[in-house]
Amino acid sequence: MRKSLWALPIVALLAACGSNQSAGTKAAPSGAAITGAGSTFVYPVLSAWAADYAKQTGTKVNYQSIGSGGGVSQVKAGTVDFGATDQPLAADELAKSKLAQFPVVIGGIVAVVNLSGTQSGKLRLTGPVLADIYAGKIKTWNDPAIVQANPGMHLPGAAIAVVHRSDGSGTTFNFTHYLSQVSPTWKAGPGEGKTVAWPTGVGGKGNEGVAGYVKQIPNSIGYVEYAYALQGGMIYAALQNAAGSFVTPSAETFSNAAASADWANAKDFDLVMTNAPGANAYPITATTFVLMPTGPADKAKSKAALDFFRFALEHGKDQATKLDYVPLPATLVQQIETYVGQKIK
Amino acid sequence: MTAYVPIELTRSRSAGADRAFTLFTAGAAWLVLLLLGATALSMAWGGRLAFQTFGLDFITSPDWDAVQGKFGALVPIYGTLVTSAIALIIAFPVSIGIALFLTEIAPRWSRGPIGIAVELLAAIPSIIYGMWGLFVFAPFMGANVEPWLTEHLGDWPILGPLFNGPPIGIGTLTAGIVLGIMIIPFIAAVARDVFAEVPAPLKEAAVALGSTRWEVLTKVTLPYTRSAIIGAIFLGLGRALGETMAVTFVLGNAHDLSASLLMPSNSIAAAIANEFTEADSELYRSSLIALAFLLFVVTLIVLSFAKLLLLRLKRIHGRTL
Repeated sequence: MRKSLWALPIVALLAACGSNQSAGTKAAPSGAAITGAGSTFVYPVLSAWAADYAKQTGTKVNYQSIGSGGGVSQVKAGTVDFGATDQPLAADELAKSKLAQFPVVIGGIVAVVNLSGTQSGKLRLTGPVLADIYAGKIKTWNDPAIVQANPGMHLPGAAIAVVHRSDGSGTTFNFTHYLSQVSPTWKAGPGEGKTVAWPTGVGGKGNEGVAGYVKQIPNSIGYVEYAYALQGGMIYAALQNAAGSFVTPSAETFSNAAASADWANAKDFDLVMTNAPGANAYPITATTFVLMPTGPADKAKSKAALDFFRFALEHGKDQATKLDYVPLPATLVQQIETYVGQKIK
Repeated sequence: MTAYVPIELTRSRSAGADRAFTLFTAGAAWLVLLLLGATALSMAWGGRLAFQTFGLDFITSPDWDAVQGKFGALVPIYGTLVTSAIALIIAFPVSIGIALFLTEIAPRWSRGPIGIAVELLAAIPSIIYGMWGLFVFAPFMGANVEPWLTEHLGDWPILGPLFNGPPIGIGTLTAGIVLGIMIIPFIAAVARDVFAEVPAPLKEAAVALGSTRWEVLTKVTLPYTRSAIIGAIFLGLGRALGETMAVTFVLGNAHDLSASLLMPSNSIAAAIANEFTEADSELYRSSLIALAFLLFVVTLIVLSFAKLLLLRLKRIHGRTL
């Protein structure tokens, strides 16, 4: 009697394990579909491309937006046909994990504010000022450093409420990468990464979380992807670029950044485009990269995935523009096609 | 807590079914224990890298820096405990008030509708509380309550530092209040049921001796139900400690240690929910799992404390409901 009391839960557990396993095999993708996982930044445009592609060819692309870090580890583990990340991997890491890497689409990250009496593009911020605001060194809107960049503008004496991301994110990586380039103290302090030890401010989850906080908190500043700022009707700032001019975010200034970046000399396209040198280039421009195994186990699926990306890069430009992304310049697409032809066998 | 008398069953035709039923119930009970043990073990195992790397510093350090690979759980632990404490301070009097009103004071026709309204509060998903907190309650706190608190209590000797800070509406205090509203129905529902269990003759006797309504409440109802009420409070507290979504929305999710209740902070559950997807280094992931283990430990300590309190009360006051 006593023994059977002990035995029962074990039987139940075994039964539970059994059913889990069968559920796992059922969920596995069918042979025809291409699977990918990673960056949330690229998800809207990638799913639009996938829908178009399925309509034309009947091949399905199943993309899970689990985050860049997840995308990298899934493609390394070989559970998906491609991964997508906002933070490029270095050439030696790619070689070690036998992966190829290429960019697919460009977007921008904008500084949004909730400040009465200003309009989109009117408030001007320099890189060091933005870094000092996020470091908690510039505490009020009428700080001399902000006033100096905005002659004639009425700025309140209110405290600046800083909003950042609470989750790890490629958006944060690109933003902090930019701050590290323009501010040596930021580089030495919090540094760059998908999540950093923020000296000040509140954290919102996802772009929608940051956008929500900025809308709710008067006198706040945050950073979101361009599409979120547009769709939410938020006030964004003009940023000073490496050439010294103040530029507002737009498809044009993002492509200027992409065109002025030195892609030809970046091994495995390991290049972060922030602080691009072009005269009219927007300084916080971001790229999403696709990762694929160089020696895929399933050659047919790898080829199917490459066909999909060729379609996306060559025929998906309108779709990308419609969703407030920027398609890659034609010269870059050519470089990618040569690279892929050499790398992925 | 209700006494029961084991019934000796004689062997009959239904003995086989009876035995199967006993086995089934015992299995269900053991399964819970087993799962609990397995969960705790697997979290401790998953967090071993963090515990090995940082040792005791993991609990005492306020640093949380993924770039440098330094992780300490002090801020999330502090945030979890403080928000839950604020929640209890708010929920306890309100829930007891609701329960007493419904059982003792309210006209009989109104008890049903009010009772259902309280129970409906429990059925609202926590993300709705979070969104309400962010879009409605936080702006209200930032515009009205927090400036008032800073102005009137900000320079008090001991309490002052608690209420000094920028009135942004998002922070420990707001999260605590939202949590408080969320746990009210849990405490109120249990409290109402136990108040209804107080034998009428006891109350009638007190009234016959000339007690006022207040005296009946404080001298008969509350002492009689004391231990069950404490149980209800800790049920609510257990829920507050582990609440994730609602807290994430209004707590501010910043790993800052600050005395002020108006400043953003972090909680264990919120940190895990926020950061797990992009925790891309082994140590980072391990630290988050170690956080989960700590939440387990914190909850266990709080609930054991409740149990001890109940035992002590029983020894002092004898058996109550």
